[in-house]
Amino acid sequence: MSVFCVGPTVLWSLVGLYGILVAATAIHFFLKKTRPDSNFREIGLRIRSWWVMVSIFTLAMLLSRNVSLFFFAFISFLALKEYLSIIPTRRADRRVLFWAYLAIPFQYYWAGSGWYGMFIIFIPVYVFLFLPLCMVIIGETRNFLRSAGTLHWGLMTMVFSISHVAYLLVLPQSGNPGSGGAGLLLFLVFLTQSNDVSQFLWGKSFGKRKIVPSVSPNKTLEGFIGGVGTTTVFAVLLSGLLTPFSFPIAIVAGILISTAGFVGDVTISAIKRDIGIKDSGNLLPGHGGILDRIDSLTYTAPLFFHFTYYLYY
Amino acid sequence: MDIKKITNRLLRFIFYRLIVRLVVLIVLGLNVRHRNRLPTTGPAILLANHNSHLDTMVLITLLSSRLLNRIKPVAAADYFLSSPLKAWFALNIVGILPIKRQKDTPDEDLLAPCYLSLEEGNILVFFPEGSRGEPEHLKAFKGGIAKLAERYPAVPITPVLLHGLGKVLPKGEKLLVPFFCDVFVGEPLYGFKDRKSFMAQLEERMAELSQEGVFPPWE
Repeated sequence: MSVFCVGPTVLWSLVGLYGILVAATAIHFFLKKTRPDSNFREIGLRIRSWWVMVSIFTLAMLLSRNVSLFFFAFISFLALKEYLSIIPTRRADRRVLFWAYLAIPFQYYWAGSGWYGMFIIFIPVYVFLFLPLCMVIIGETRNFLRSAGTLHWGLMTMVFSISHVAYLLVLPQSGNPGSGGAGLLLFLVFLTQSNDVSQFLWGKSFGKRKIVPSVSPNKTLEGFIGGVGTTTVFAVLLSGLLTPFSFPIAIVAGILISTAGFVGDVTISAIKRDIGIKDSGNLLPGHGGILDRIDSLTYTAPLFFHFTYYLYY
Repeated sequence: MDIKKITNRLLRFIFYRLIVRLVVLIVLGLNVRHRNRLPTTGPAILLANHNSHLDTMVLITLLSSRLLNRIKPVAAADYFLSSPLKAWFALNIVGILPIKRQKDTPDEDLLAPCYLSLEEGNILVFFPEGSRGEPEHLKAFKGGIAKLAERYPAVPITPVLLHGLGKVLPKGEKLLVPFFCDVFVGEPLYGFKDRKSFMAQLEERMAELSQEGVFPPWE
C-alpha cells in the first residue's frame, strides 16, 4: 500500500510529466542563451505557469480523491466566474447568477457520491428549468432570452462538461484494473493539454494554410494535423500504462481527444472574438485566463468520458 | 499605547490581511494593471470611482501592509456613524476618516479633517463622485479633490479605475456575487494650476484608464 492515493502507474506518469517540464525549461533556457535577439518572454511565462499548474494538479491528485474533486470544482468556479465576467449580464439577474454558482457544489457532490443519474441530468434538466423560473419571478423581460441562453451555455461548458473529469475518479476500479479512474483522468488531461501545445508547435513550425480564418487566424491545417498525429502517438504510448484500451481503441481515443480539443479551443475563440477580447483573463501569465487553458477540455472531457463509459463500464 | 488601541489594530490587521484578502482572492479575483504606480509612502491621495463598499477594501489590500495604519478612507460621517456598531466598525476596523456632508456654519471647511490627516503623513482614499450611486456608472466628480490638490501641490494624487465591484456588491445589496474585477492604476498627478484644468486633467486620466479594458454591458 503506497502512501499516495494513486497507483504506481499514475505515480510514474506524474514523474514523467515533471520530466517534460524540466526538458521544456531547459530548451527554453538554451534557446534564450543561443538566440538572444529572439523574444522568448511569452514562452518563458507560459512554462512558468505550467510549473504552477502541474504542481497544484499533482498535489491534488496525490492527496486524496476528495481533494481532486474539490480542485476540479474550483476550476469550474473560476471558469464560470471568468465567463460571467466577460459576457454581458443583467443587473436584475444578480441573484440568478448566485444560484448558477451554487450549482457547482451540487454537481460535484453528485459526482463525488457516484450518483450517475443525478450527475448526468442535474444541470441539463433541473438547473436548465429552474434558472428561467427565477428570472420570471424577478420579472425583467428585456434581454430575457439572451440572459437565459448565455447562462445555460456557461453552466453546460464550465460546470457540466468539466465535472466529467471529476466523475472519472469515482468510476469503479474494475473498468480499468491497472490504474483506475485516476489513470483515465491523467490520460485525458495530459493528452488534452499536450495536444494544445503540439498543435501550437506544429503550427508555428510548418503552419501555412489557415483552417478557420474568421474565428482563429493563427490556427493552421498543418498545426491541426500535426497535433492529431502527435496526440495519437502519445495516446498509444500511454494507453498501456493508464488505460484498459487496446491498440485500435487507443488510436480512436487519440483522434477523439485531439479533434475535440481543437473544436473546444476554437469555440472559446469564437466567443472571445464575439466579445472583442484577446484573452479571457490574466490569471495564468503567458496563457491568459483560465478559459484560455481549459477551452479544449470543455469538449474533450464529456466526449472522452462517454467514449470510455460506453466501452468499459 | 493602551490595550484597546492594540486590540483594534490587531482586529484591523486580521480583517484586511486575512478576511478581505481571502474574499478578494477567492470570491472576486482581481486584474490589477500598473500596480507599481500605487503610493509606497504617505502623504498621498488615492482617488477612485465609487460603486461598492468593497472599493475601499480592495484598494487597501493592494497597498503594503506596512502602510495599513496610515490609510484613511474619507467617508460620510452621517452614513457611517449613524449607529454605534457601524461607527465602531467604520472607525476602528475599516479605519475611515469621517467628514460631514452639510456645513453647520457658512464658513466651515468640511475638508479640514483631510488637511490634518495629510499633514500627519497619511494616505487618503478619496471618492470624488461623493456616493456609490448607480453601479458601474461614472458620475461627475465633485470639486473637493481640487481643493486638496490646490492646498497640497506636492502630494501625489493617484487615480484608480475600478470595474466590477459594483456588480459584486452594489448599493443596497447584501449578497456577494462573484465576478472578476479590474483595478487600473493611473499615473499620479502632481502640481496644480487652476481648478478647471485640474478637474479636466483628472477626468481625462480616468477616461484613458477606462480605454484600457473591455467592460461588458451591465444593465
